[in-house]
Amino acid sequence: MQVPLWEHDTILSVERLTMRFGGLIAINELSFKAARGHITAVIGPNGAGKTTVFNCITGFYKPTEGRLVLYHGKPGSDLLTPLTDGATPDISDQQGRVFLLERLPDYLVAQKARVARTFQNIRLFSGMTVLENLLVAQHNHLMRASGWTLKGILGLKSYRQAEAAAIAKARQWLERIHLTARADDAAGALPYGDQRRLEIARAMCSDPQLLCLDEPAAGLNPKESGELNALLRGIRAEGLTSILLIEHDMSVVMEISDHVVVLDYGTKISDGTPDFVRNDPKVIAAYLGAEDEGEVKAIEAEVGV
Amino acid sequence: MATMQSPAADPAMKPGLDYGAAFKDACLAGIIAFLIFGLLLGYETQQTLTNQIILVPRTMLLAGVVAIVVIGRFLINLWSAHRAQTLKTAPTKTTNPLLLKLEAQAGPAFLIAAVLFPAIVIIANGELQSSRYLVDLGILLLTYVMLGWGLNVVVGLAGLLDLGYVAFYAVGAYTYALLATTLVKLPGLEWLAPWMFWICLPVSGLLAALWGVILGFPVLRLRGDYLAIVTLAFGEIIRLVLINWVDVTNGGAGISSIPRPTFFGLPFSAADNGFAATFGITFDPMHRIIFLYYVIVALAAVTFIVTLRLRRLPIGRAWEALREDEIACRSLGINTTNTKLTAFSIGAMFGGFAGCFFAARQGFISPESFVFMESAIILAIVVLGGLGSMLGVIIATMVLIGGPEMLRNVESLRLVFGSDFDPTKYRMLILGIGMVLIMIWKPRGLISTREPTVTLGKKAQAISGDFVKEGHG
Ligand SMILES: Nc1ncnc2c1ncn2[C@@H]1O[C@H](COP(=O)(O)OP(=O)(O)OP(=O)(O)O)[C@@H](O)[C@H]1O
Ligand SMILES: [Mg+2]
Repeated sequence: MQVPLWEHDTILSVERLTMRFGGLIAINELSFKAARGHITAVIGPNGAGKTTVFNCITGFYKPTEGRLVLYHGKPGSDLLTPLTDGATPDISDQQGRVFLLERLPDYLVAQKARVARTFQNIRLFSGMTVLENLLVAQHNHLMRASGWTLKGILGLKSYRQAEAAAIAKARQWLERIHLTARADDAAGALPYGDQRRLEIARAMCSDPQLLCLDEPAAGLNPKESGELNALLRGIRAEGLTSILLIEHDMSVVMEISDHVVVLDYGTKISDGTPDFVRNDPKVIAAYLGAEDEGEVKAIEAEVGV
Repeated sequence: MATMQSPAADPAMKPGLDYGAAFKDACLAGIIAFLIFGLLLGYETQQTLTNQIILVPRTMLLAGVVAIVVIGRFLINLWSAHRAQTLKTAPTKTTNPLLLKLEAQAGPAFLIAAVLFPAIVIIANGELQSSRYLVDLGILLLTYVMLGWGLNVVVGLAGLLDLGYVAFYAVGAYTYALLATTLVKLPGLEWLAPWMFWICLPVSGLLAALWGVILGFPVLRLRGDYLAIVTLAFGEIIRLVLINWVDVTNGGAGISSIPRPTFFGLPFSAADNGFAATFGITFDPMHRIIFLYYVIVALAAVTFIVTLRLRRLPIGRAWEALREDEIACRSLGINTTNTKLTAFSIGAMFGGFAGCFFAARQGFISPESFVFMESAIILAIVVLGGLGSMLGVIIATMVLIGGPEMLRNVESLRLVFGSDFDPTKYRMLILGIGMVLIMIWKPRGLISTREPTVTLGKKAQAISGDFVKEGHG
């Protein structure tokens, strides 16, 4: 069997990640890798710890233990040891840069490591327009262009050009998610499915290397779900952003992901291609709630694996 | 009693207006009012000749107050039921197009009105001296408008509840008072005296902004109620420092003979090098008042324009995004601490400018002017105006500050309440009633819609207040 892509072109490597809340172990020694340019799905039953993994990756939680390594480009593998021993959050060479995400506060994970995310409960700026939402996502770039507000206050041309470019980029994303006509409406006034897509477009406007989507298909009807799949495939086809995805909807997972990691009670129970995972007895058992090996065998026989 | 029927009357038959429930609720309000006022108003303590304290019942007063509460509550119930009904039947068109147009034209229209105001007053009065009261009132209103706009950046845009805003007003005022009174005494710097105000104005603003950062840094990691309480405490701490640091601030006695602003170097005096003599007109103390008026017009206009511009810049959008959802902001790489600090310090800077102007206008300041009540009034202006709305601040100032002030001169009130009626005593009561009424009528403030900072299409359409969040710290 050939070596899977996530082993040799890794963008994110989660290593022995443990997260404890008081006595509760939400994640237990979890390790997996996500491949650059691919769609990696994290699945598992309710309460398995999927959102907690995301919160650790994006800096909202500080992991109890473990290492979260993010690679920009293909830096030498000899960088990791000095980085881990040192105190800085990142190190770089000619080929790229390595980040230890657990050392960065949440906003720097987004700003420096370029990891964007969406939320299980949509978090749009509901009182701002759709267009404004997409401009806020380009905040750091625009702040620099506005000379930390100084050039902007004076209305200098360089800032006006940067703003026009930001609006053009937002407009391009609006076309991709079919929301151009509603650009000037409050984000909170959009239907649910549109809000989901807008949240993804907003995250994409921050030019991420890694996009983390927490249940993007939750609550979507089949048509909207299809549109979402097309959008995610489009992002993958561009090859600039890798996607990490939490999903309950198996059809979405099997259809679009290249790699699936299965969690149950905070531990990894399976890891591989969609086909491999689909046929893994442990996964079937976890999803069907089987208790022991014998039952698993019985279920396997039943589903005809 | 017909009105005491079951409240479950068929809604299809009698849509919305349920008199029974409204009456019941009014009776309940009456009982509560009776319990509250029973002892407060129902009895009066009087001292007898033998130095004993006796209780004199005031039944009529108590009955009157309770009756007012019951009837008032009943009418409010009916009215809100009626309104809920019309809202349900009519398609919700929350944005009043006229208001929208007004908001768009507010800046220039307000500026023109403000610039022409003294001229109109003076022409109407025929001479300078008798116009003093109205021009002074204009200065007072504009000062509050400016403070309201400054606080609006913090509370309305960034959604940070600041109950100690008056601290920055005080920093600005004391900066000017201390700098101006000490600098001119230094040997070799006397020539600076006429320019003192113009030199100290930016210094006051910058120092207030600096204090905004210093106070903001430890405070801004708190949220919601905690932030409000700590800012309130900081406001009080600054005031107590001003009272107790007698060596520097002269304590409760305050600082007097603060240099007055000059007409760009020409003092407003009867002297030969004064403003009047230089321009060949007869001296009149009103010249200075009118000049001060135009200074505050200019300061308020600067506040307005800068805030308007900031709102359309990335920093302003980040403030509003922060108010909408702080976690989402952080997920997009926005440094929320810095963003909050900028809002806090820019709001403080405008407060500092206003404070400097206040000290120069009064010529005397003391910690008395910077009590919590001032913070509360400025906050009330922002909240009642509608969080984030610049026009709302203007209207709310007119209502809350101008209204009680104008009542002072309404003679007919004396006819109603007797000749010894002094409306100024009831200023706070009127203020309170005004606030309650506005909050019933418009719970999200007078202007609750939000103007987008950028549009793709041509038509600027305001966002209904229902979607706009109020921030949580
Ligand atoms: N901040 C927290 N404090 C305490 N416990 C938490 C916290 N966040 C998550 N947990 C617990 O960790 C476990 C994993 O939760 P998590 O939200 O990661 O599950 P999930 O896999 O995302 O589930 P779902 O599919 O329902 O979204 C749960 O038992 C949850 O109660
Ligand atoms: Mg979850």
